[in-house]
Amino acid sequence: MCLGVPGIVVEIKRDEKEAIVDFGGVRKEVDAFLVEDLKPGDYVIVHAGAIISKISEQEYKEIKEAFDELARALQEIEA
Amino acid sequence: MNLSLEYVKRRKKLLEILSKYRDPELAKKIIEKIHIVADRIDEEKILLMSFCGTHEHTVTYYGIRSLMPSKIDLVAGPGCPVCVTPARIIDTAIKLALEEDVVILTYGDMYKVPGSKLSLAQAKGLGARVEVVYGFNDAVRKAREKASKDHVFVGVGFETTMPTVASYIYSNRMPDNLYVLPAYRLTPPITKYMLKLKEIAINGIILPGHVSAIIGVESWLFLEGIVPSVIAGFEPIDVLMAILMILRQIARGEARVENEYHRVVKFRGNEKARKIISEVFDIVDADWRGIGIVPESGAVFKEKYSEYNALEKYDAKVDNAIDIRPGCRCTDVVLGLAKPTDCPLFLKACTPERPYGPCMVSSEGTCYIWAKYGGYIVNRKEG
Ligand code: SF4
Repeated sequence: MCLGVPGIVVEIKRDEKEAIVDFGGVRKEVDAFLVEDLKPGDYVIVHAGAIISKISEQEYKEIKEAFDELARALQEIEA
Repeated sequence: MNLSLEYVKRRKKLLEILSKYRDPELAKKIIEKIHIVADRIDEEKILLMSFCGTHEHTVTYYGIRSLMPSKIDLVAGPGCPVCVTPARIIDTAIKLALEEDVVILTYGDMYKVPGSKLSLAQAKGLGARVEVVYGFNDAVRKAREKASKDHVFVGVGFETTMPTVASYIYSNRMPDNLYVLPAYRLTPPITKYMLKLKEIAINGIILPGHVSAIIGVESWLFLEGIVPSVIAGFEPIDVLMAILMILRQIARGEARVENEYHRVVKFRGNEKARKIISEVFDIVDADWRGIGIVPESGAVFKEKYSEYNALEKYDAKVDNAIDIRPGCRCTDVVLGLAKPTDCPLFLKACTPERPYGPCMVSSEGTCYIWAKYGGYIVNRKEG
């Protein structure tokens, strides 16, 4: 029940209160009222039928950077 | 056409990125550092507790325990909602289903967990009307489809499921034939409770990722100066990084709240969800299955929303509920005082197919996870 599943917003419906989200090919209608400014293409975490959070787009764009940062953090520990 | 192509590309990218959080090479590097830092720590034993059943799943499924330095003990805490929901709630739902003309709607895990005597699944065998839903949105849909029948949703879970119900109430989207049997529980109060327990000394806490997506880093700051804590995501790299970050704090003599899961968790969390939760719920003292009353750890509907409370609508009081049946050590398992293998019934009289205690039911229950994925012994590769 606490499992949040990542997905992608496909369509916003009903006055922005609901959305269709794709989970690796399976599409489901979920509650979209808890998150503001959703648009198709957004990465989101869906939990028990509701979008509870957007996944930071920046991190996904700069994912390499995020992992570089991780590598830096690791190096720091060695030092 | 164009849009859907773009869309397939994004999906590919998402999967690609998630796979990085399972990268074995990166995992190996982090584990090496964990050993280096652990060696620098003087304590002979370091107990790290996770507060989310999904973290225990990651730890066990990927065999993370067996890769840890011997001084590190990874222990699961009271982070399985199905395990800590009082038997009284299940008994009440069964009573409603058998005696009133209602359809009970419940999450799949709750469906199978034993109450004092029966589970909702067994009650269904006796003629009760019980249906499984994936989320509250599903419950709303079912109630709308069958408008002539009253429905009662078994409202359990932590700060992650609370807003999913509050969302429909707050925005006036509740069908008038749908009620909620509320048994919500809050994670910071049980964390405080755990830290006061004399039987266990916690050296670091892996904080729940999706609860924190709602309540924010901010809500954990009470842990600063008390115990090193890191909010973590649920992939193996997330959990390994959280362990490393905690060890680094211990080695430096710090006790801060850090956020490993910043791709999802913000400092203030989901502010809209928090606002809706506080509009809809009041905080009250609440009982946890096998543990007892924990101050300010539960939530009930505010007066103005009490019309949605199934307990107001129906007279469904049950007496003498039995939370823990004789022989079951679920209380100790939930508090991190015992491992499932310490229970004589584990994989004997209690199995995932025929659960005797509440920790053997949910995919977030420690006994279930150990039974399914081998607990301490197996170092399972991804597959
Ligand atoms: S194995 Fe079963 S009986 Fe034993 S503690 Fe776990 S849930 Fe209870």
